[in-house]
Amino acid sequence: MQTWSLISICVLLGVVVRWGVSLNSYSGAGKPPMFGDYEAQRHWQEVTYNLPIREWYFNSTNNDLAYWGLDYPPLTAYHSWLCAYIANIINPEWVKLHKSRGYESPEHKLFMRTTVLVADLLLFIPAVVLYCLYLTDGSSKKKVSVLLCILLYPGIILIDYGHFQYNGVSLGLALWGILGLGLGWDALGSIAFSLALNYKQMELYHALPFFCYLLGKCFKAGLMGHGFFLFVRIAAAVVVTFALCWLPFLSDPVQALQVVRRIFPVARGLFEDKVANTWCSLNVLIKIRTLMSSDAQLYLSLVFTLLAVLPSSIRVLTRPTFWHFKLALVNSSLGFFLFSYQVHEKSILLAALPVCLLLNDLPFMSVWFLLASTFSMLPLLLKDGLLVPYAVTSTGFLLLSIYLLSALDHCTEDELQLTTYRKLFFFPFKSDLGCIVRWKFYISVAAMVGLSITSVTLDPPSHLPDLFPVLVSTTAYLLFLGTIIHFNILQFSGPPSKKSQKKSN
Amino acid sequence: MAADGWSWFPVLAAGVSLFKCLFISSYRSTDFEVHRNWLAITHSLPVSRWYHENSSEWTLDYPPLFAWFEFGLSHVARHFDGDMLLLHKQNYASPPTVLFQRLSVIVTDGVFILATRECCRCVQTQKASQKAVLSQPPFILAVLLLWNFGLFIVDHIHFQYNGFLFGFLLLSVAKHLQAQHLQGALLFAVLLNLKHIYLYVAPAYGVYLLRSYCFTESSTDGGIRWRSFSLLRLLALGSVVMAVCGLSFGPFIVMGQLPQVLSRLFPFKRGLCHAYWAPNAWALYNALDKVLATVGVRLKLLKEAELPQASMTGGLVQEFQHSVLPSVSPSVTLVCTLLSILPALASIWRRPRGARGFLRCLLLCALGSFMFGWHVHEKAILIAILPLSILAVESREDAGIFLLLSTTGHYSLFPLLFTPTELPIKVCLMLMFSLFSFCALRKLHSGDGSLLHPLEVAYLLGLGMVALFSEVLFPLSPWKQRLPFLPLLATSVYCSVGVSYSFLRLYATLLRSDSKPKQH
Repeated sequence: MQTWSLISICVLLGVVVRWGVSLNSYSGAGKPPMFGDYEAQRHWQEVTYNLPIREWYFNSTNNDLAYWGLDYPPLTAYHSWLCAYIANIINPEWVKLHKSRGYESPEHKLFMRTTVLVADLLLFIPAVVLYCLYLTDGSSKKKVSVLLCILLYPGIILIDYGHFQYNGVSLGLALWGILGLGLGWDALGSIAFSLALNYKQMELYHALPFFCYLLGKCFKAGLMGHGFFLFVRIAAAVVVTFALCWLPFLSDPVQALQVVRRIFPVARGLFEDKVANTWCSLNVLIKIRTLMSSDAQLYLSLVFTLLAVLPSSIRVLTRPTFWHFKLALVNSSLGFFLFSYQVHEKSILLAALPVCLLLNDLPFMSVWFLLASTFSMLPLLLKDGLLVPYAVTSTGFLLLSIYLLSALDHCTEDELQLTTYRKLFFFPFKSDLGCIVRWKFYISVAAMVGLSITSVTLDPPSHLPDLFPVLVSTTAYLLFLGTIIHFNILQFSGPPSKKSQKKSN
Repeated sequence: MAADGWSWFPVLAAGVSLFKCLFISSYRSTDFEVHRNWLAITHSLPVSRWYHENSSEWTLDYPPLFAWFEFGLSHVARHFDGDMLLLHKQNYASPPTVLFQRLSVIVTDGVFILATRECCRCVQTQKASQKAVLSQPPFILAVLLLWNFGLFIVDHIHFQYNGFLFGFLLLSVAKHLQAQHLQGALLFAVLLNLKHIYLYVAPAYGVYLLRSYCFTESSTDGGIRWRSFSLLRLLALGSVVMAVCGLSFGPFIVMGQLPQVLSRLFPFKRGLCHAYWAPNAWALYNALDKVLATVGVRLKLLKEAELPQASMTGGLVQEFQHSVLPSVSPSVTLVCTLLSILPALASIWRRPRGARGFLRCLLLCALGSFMFGWHVHEKAILIAILPLSILAVESREDAGIFLLLSTTGHYSLFPLLFTPTELPIKVCLMLMFSLFSFCALRKLHSGDGSLLHPLEVAYLLGLGMVALFSEVLFPLSPWKQRLPFLPLLATSVYCSVGVSYSFLRLYATLLRSDSKPKQH
């Protein structure tokens, strides 16, 4: 069969699975007074449609910031306005100021789900298709397999179409940025990534690799000659994009400052809920939040984040190749997730996106991480009533990716590049590291399955009500920690040997 | 083929089963309540009351084995939610009930998966070993069956147990292809006692088994050799079939309830056509009647006041009068059906062409009764589409017919799902299935020329226009209020052209292969 027909079938399958998940419940369904992210998005539509731009980010009688106040950058606000404009044409009740608060109906759910799908069809899915077609090595069958696996990655589907968010937009824009850089259109890529940053501030997790890669490329081209023009072009593209996005807020510094204050809420503490990052996991042993002042917490997390992120970024700066760029994206976003301040469990998707892009090169490790990332959001998904889609999409992804990418067949010591561990940790005996890692994989999958089942079926003991969420986040944390160490080692152990890659194709 | 040449099958089957689980909370039709009610009837009443119970409008109208099947399910259902087994809980659909009912369909589809595997083993694969998996006949057949669009939306969204039932049909066909006729007959007897709609294809079974199993030899030119008749085989066959029927209907015969059971199974009080016309000959007939009536009124040949007022697409199942053409009675449809399948039966009687000839005859029986039967449901087209998949991966000619029939037949199922939420699902799945079947079959039968005649391609493109009109343009247009049934009418009339044509083309393949040896 021709590649185009296989690609179309994969895309259609991706769309149907997304729509199938969207038939389920969303966050905060029927839970007044605060509801959930679904109501947050609807409320933003209400606010942006009915209020003038200068009131969007300010507290007022018409805009109660304590009730899902707008705390995303301007592009999200414009998107909300656009959705609200269409909503108003279909049914004005959906976005009526004050009166529409907590509005829920099957028609409205259909509308909201459709907006997510449309955004995905316009941004995320085409970017994935192009990435697999042009930036993935191997036969066309291999490309299609990778495409299907990325499209069916459960994390993004469950959060966007179950829980309800527009990650497809921010991640899609970031992917367009990566695509631009990979194809050599640096200015266009920077524009796309600037748009992503202006859609969701969490995209800053990816910013350092972008910056270092581009800067490194300029250095390499010679800062005195060609590189300088490149630098100016990229800088101009970024500045102009930002200026256009922030245009309505630039007239008055008060406006711009208020937006920045809303976007970066420093006052909310080191972490909330149960997140699979260092601080939350450490909290089991040491209660950091009671030991240190909140300023000290902020500095602590800043120092650790920089320590986690800088090595890989500096590596990209000195070796600006696409391979190192992709690895640095993983290391940087995962570093931010594990160590930075005020992280949400959904932010793991930012690390999952670059890992998806490595599915072809490092199938085993990527599949492992992607499974763990979906698993880490289990408490959230259970709260939203998404157990069945979680179980179905995760099992399906595991099955498909292992079969299509033959992930388990390519995990000898050489192919996983584990020899460095031997040198690092002075393994005395000659055991097969590949085999050990494979067993670790089986055990961790069994642990994830077991914990998923027990969190659903068993009630936690009364004196430990958070037992299962803590176990889930700690397990996921350990897996993430292993991943970031492995990918950092990979980044410093040279590019993948072309021979083993060709063999596997 | 190498032992690991089948490694794709479990993945495909598991994948499709997981995929089905995604649609647990989607729209479901009244058939959901029908089956819940049957669970309650079989669980809470003694066997003697099963076919008498009528407190719900959804009375038990499947044969006894299916009732026993529901009885078995009800024992599992108890552990999900006992309340669904209470008779007075009408339209009860708690989340555990939905989960149980949906899962019961998905799990019992295991029979269908098994049958698919058996069918794939029977497919001829001479040149296949070098080719990639994607273009091997067994793989294509497995996808055509497991991912079948019609079966998916009818079973897993609309809600029915067709996968389970078709599993028996395909298993029985596979057994015949493997020349294990007694097993095939046994499976078909079980199937008949699960759902009697398969009586439509029983004539093919009867003639084939009698001719090719009870007569052990044929003369050199394929004609019948009367001496080779084996009484032993006939008795074996008869006892198998009688045993199954006795097991199923026996208790009711003993209780003297046979007439009551039969009256439930064959309700002739319904109309010629279902509320939504299945795309068959009667849809064309009704449409012609409407056109003639309209033209007659325009030309002042008929007076509008004299015409019967019953609206045939009014959404109610009822008997109605045709305006111009003579009305059709059940006996007329029976005669038409018999006439339409007779040549096919005669052909395999005179010159049996093995199990594949039988399969072709079975398809013609299914299509013939679909075309001319009384009160045919649009879902019945699946009885033809699914077995035709087997022939489609084996011969070029059949592949063309399959593409035509599956596309029109599946599209005619679109009105089953009318909720806007399910629109993306049916459109994407239909596109997916059609894209796969077109590309895979074209690749499989690559060679000179395309599988379809340009006119047939034009017809299918027209189908796309009809779809665009009735799914997108019409709901936005002002006609929606005045002529609410126009899309249904357009769909069933347009599709009936395609189905009739496929029927004729399939007949032509049978009769042509009939006349071929005589030229030699």
